[in-house]
Amino acid sequence: MMKKNLLILLIIFLSTSYSAFSIEPDIFVQSTVNRASKLLGENISKEEKIEKLKLIAKETVDIKGIGFYTLGVKRKSLNDEEKKNYTKLFEVYFLKSFSSRLAEYTNPEIDVTNKEKLNDNYTIVNSVLKATNERPEINIDWRIYTKNPDNPQIRDLIIEGLSLARTQKEEFASVLSSNDNDIKALFRVLKEFSNN
Amino acid sequence: MMKKILVILITTFTLITNVYASSDGELVLKKNEPSEIKDCSETFNKASFALNQGLDKVIFKPVSSVYRVLPSPVKTGVSNSLNNLSNVVTIPNNILQGEFALAGVNTGRFLINTTVGVLGLIDVATYLGFSEYVKEDYGQSLASYGVGPGCYLVLPVLGPTTARDTMASLTNFVGGDAWYNVTVKNDTHYFRDVDYYASRVTAGVDFRAKNFDSIENLEKNSLDFYASVKSLYLQDRQQRILNSTKIIETQDDSDWEEIETQ
Repeated sequence: MMKKNLLILLIIFLSTSYSAFSIEPDIFVQSTVNRASKLLGENISKEEKIEKLKLIAKETVDIKGIGFYTLGVKRKSLNDEEKKNYTKLFEVYFLKSFSSRLAEYTNPEIDVTNKEKLNDNYTIVNSVLKATNERPEINIDWRIYTKNPDNPQIRDLIIEGLSLARTQKEEFASVLSSNDNDIKALFRVLKEFSNN
Repeated sequence: MMKKILVILITTFTLITNVYASSDGELVLKKNEPSEIKDCSETFNKASFALNQGLDKVIFKPVSSVYRVLPSPVKTGVSNSLNNLSNVVTIPNNILQGEFALAGVNTGRFLINTTVGVLGLIDVATYLGFSEYVKEDYGQSLASYGVGPGCYLVLPVLGPTTARDTMASLTNFVGGDAWYNVTVKNDTHYFRDVDYYASRVTAGVDFRAKNFDSIENLEKNSLDFYASVKSLYLQDRQQRILNSTKIIETQDDSDWEEIETQ
């Protein structure tokens, strides 16, 4: 009897602790954009903003996953050394590209409006970037990777229906195809971008 | 230049008709999938793209940088007016796509906005609760019949398109665009050719101004700006054809699941 009670208690504990730590994708997105928005509204230099944005991105974005998605079918033919090299170069490239894009905005107001669970791995969270005098309202959807519900991560931003990850994937494919599909050429281009 | 464009169009039109011969409504998504669309004339396209970038730097960017700082009511009025004018192409395409109720709604919108809305400057129809306006064109109608896009093209001045959409847009010049008919094609004494061309240029400036920061940002952060523009254009086109902004309805999602197995 005692053993049975203990088992029930254990199950209850595990199920409650699971729900306590699991983060809903929409809440995750809203808290991430609030952090970024607060940072962008701070009275600090652009360089400081970029560095802080990089830290937020490292925490909330699945950079490695996006990197392999972006590489397309080419990822299947890389050896371990090339994969390691690519992962390192892609992270530097991604953080630079992502943070300098965001740093242009000052105090953006983003409201999460809805979410749609696609499967256990992905949920799409819908949000709206409010209009300013210079640009209209923009719909932004977030592809959230939810395989580990305790640690959801961003895998794509879909702006007005246009996927940034897909655009990047086709860009990388173009770099590869114009260089005889040589991964070293892509490494070189990534390094050049990161060093500029 | 003109001859080269014609040769490309004829070649790609042949491709389209071949695709059409084996078309199937369910294949619309697959056919218009951006990664499936071939860049058959890449050298020509890249030359056109470079020319357009030059024109953008000299004309469109400076003009749109002034336009975007105009007071909001002015910009909204211009944008509304251009949208209203585009109804004359949208409505016949609603009918061609079998969307008769929507054609009725858009006709009502056009009549209200042109009269009460002072030549379309004020979008009265939206205030009255009309559904959101979505533009349609002859390329979208052809796509809805299952016609494939053919090759990707970049036309001088006009920018990115596909062979299907270029061929379809010729319909505008043979009676399919009432605004072209009353300005350029027929001498109505009310409008002149310049009214048509001014509206086209203004639409270009309006688009450039609305996307000013995004375009600057994209150019600055792209490894291959040509490929980025191509991808974004084709993704956008796919959405318009499928009348959906839901990514899972407009793009093949399987490649996201594939990386799980790596």
